[in-house]
Amino acid sequence: MSCVLRIKDLTLGFRKGRQTAQVLHGVSLHVAAGEKVALVGESGSGKSVTAQLALGRLQQERGTLTTGAIEVVGHDLIARPEAMAPERGHRMTMIFQDPTSALNPVFRIGEIFAEVLRSGGRRVSEAAARERALKALAEVHIPDPARALDSYPFQLSGGMNQRVMIAMALVNEPELLLADEPGTALDVTVQAQTLRLMDDLVTQKGTAVLFISHNLSVVREFADRVYVIYRGRIVEHGRTAQLFADPRHPYTQALLSAAPKLIGGGLPDLPEHSDAFREPLVVHEGCGEPGEVPA
Amino acid sequence: MSPVLRLLLQRLAISVLVLIGVSILIFFIARIVPGDPARIALGPNASQAQVDALREARHLNDPIVVQYGWFLRDMLNGDLGTSLYTKRPVTQDIATYFPATLELVLYAGAMMILLGLPLGRLAARFQRRWPDHLARLLSVIAVCTPAFVWGVILQLSFAYIWPIFPLEGRLSNGVDAPAAITGFYTLDALLAGQIGTFFDALYHLILPATALALSGIGQTARLTRSSMIETYRQPFIGMARAYGFRETRISRRFAFWPSLIPTLTILGLDFAAMLANAFLVERVFVWPGLSRYGVEVILRKDLDAIVGVVLVIAAMFLITNLIVDLIVSIINPRIRLAERKAKA
Repeated sequence: MSCVLRIKDLTLGFRKGRQTAQVLHGVSLHVAAGEKVALVGESGSGKSVTAQLALGRLQQERGTLTTGAIEVVGHDLIARPEAMAPERGHRMTMIFQDPTSALNPVFRIGEIFAEVLRSGGRRVSEAAARERALKALAEVHIPDPARALDSYPFQLSGGMNQRVMIAMALVNEPELLLADEPGTALDVTVQAQTLRLMDDLVTQKGTAVLFISHNLSVVREFADRVYVIYRGRIVEHGRTAQLFADPRHPYTQALLSAAPKLIGGGLPDLPEHSDAFREPLVVHEGCGEPGEVPA
Repeated sequence: MSPVLRLLLQRLAISVLVLIGVSILIFFIARIVPGDPARIALGPNASQAQVDALREARHLNDPIVVQYGWFLRDMLNGDLGTSLYTKRPVTQDIATYFPATLELVLYAGAMMILLGLPLGRLAARFQRRWPDHLARLLSVIAVCTPAFVWGVILQLSFAYIWPIFPLEGRLSNGVDAPAAITGFYTLDALLAGQIGTFFDALYHLILPATALALSGIGQTARLTRSSMIETYRQPFIGMARAYGFRETRISRRFAFWPSLIPTLTILGLDFAAMLANAFLVERVFVWPGLSRYGVEVILRKDLDAIVGVVLVIAAMFLITNLIVDLIVSIINPRIRLAERKAKA
């Protein structure tokens, strides 16, 4: 099985002075080529730092301590995080929470697009860049791609900007797309629309996705496999159907029962922390990290 | 009408109103300050009759509002009165001294931008590493030392102890001023094709312009740094990094242009303030400029000249702000496009 992302026994700590705050305690996960994997957890569980480590950026900051292994599109990002520099924007791209603030306000969409196409020092002529950008915008169903290219981000709606962002993320045909709470800042219907669009395109192109979210219903619709992360540890791992039908870890059970329902009254009264949440990892049948003996 | 032209016309109309306000203020303030300008001009040995005659000739015995009326009438005819100090029309004095100051300030302003912006950008890019610490140290030293002290330090170091630059003045002895077109010696020399004169004038400009610019360079660097650090925290910079934009490119373009918007406005004010603050540097380098003239006429209570100098400096503030606003509207599409929308 070829993996575009493979994380094994990853720990992360932030050192400040003499103290170290441990953020990840041995996280292992993988995303196979073309696979859609979700990483679900509450705020502060370590979802986003995992994404930042996969980008190869966080470990280059001072005061971060990492052990374990991260391998992204064939690069070892613990030993050589700088190897990722030419791959960002090309073999690995990213989509963000708020598309409008993720686009530079003083440049036109077309200019940002050209930067994306040229990132990593690639040479693309003005005309070729425009042509590829127009094609990419047409793929995400933007009504007037030429006009969008000549617009500034603040002239487009949040939904349009998210489409632009998806187009930018996929224009260089990446092998892995990191979606860090994509479109959380948008309103729910627009978020659902753009996610469906993203889903269609990545399925069509065979792009692998690591989907980071706290929104269980979105994950259920979108992901092939789900990892549940709690306080820097993966607590449950399974196929989406397995996990939603039969949540086994106490934390996952609590997380699922906390999802608001359309009918059925208020939320159950759940403890914020519980000793049961610290129970060891539950792996569902047929899942597991590559190279391990299946349970 | 193009949005930029529209902005320009609006600002010009407001500027005229501001200038009228400034003229009223300075006109009355200059007259309320104690001391008889006629007595100061004529000296302690003049007879009371002579002083009275001069007061009468200058309408100084009229009610102050009537005096302002005289002033307005003359100003509309392009006449700002006559200086009691130089005995020449104020407009002529301004035409003589103002280009010298403006030339000095323009060179200092260019240094402020060409050195301050890159220094701040570098400090922001290498935040809390040695280039940042070095830039901070330099900035603090530059800002904390007044311009005239820099003037003396530079003069001592580079004109006296190690004489590689001239001590004072705008040109060397024996070099004739180029034919006056703009009044800027460097530009006039180039226009006249006198390369030798150009380099001589430039040579004389370097020390005073540096002395005047240093605190501005420091302030610009600090401002640019904090504005850029603010920009670096924005999600669109995270996006740029996630998409592998080069760090140099982010620092020069992607983070730099958005950061420039708040910086420029303050830079414009700094620049205009140099016009008024140049007098000590002009004093140190015996630079025949307007600021020095302004101080002389204030000390002598030379009413017409005071009003004239203040009006010119106020006008420069307005013009600089106008130019800055135009540049900001070019950089910031939100302003530019909002103007267009307002028109439609």
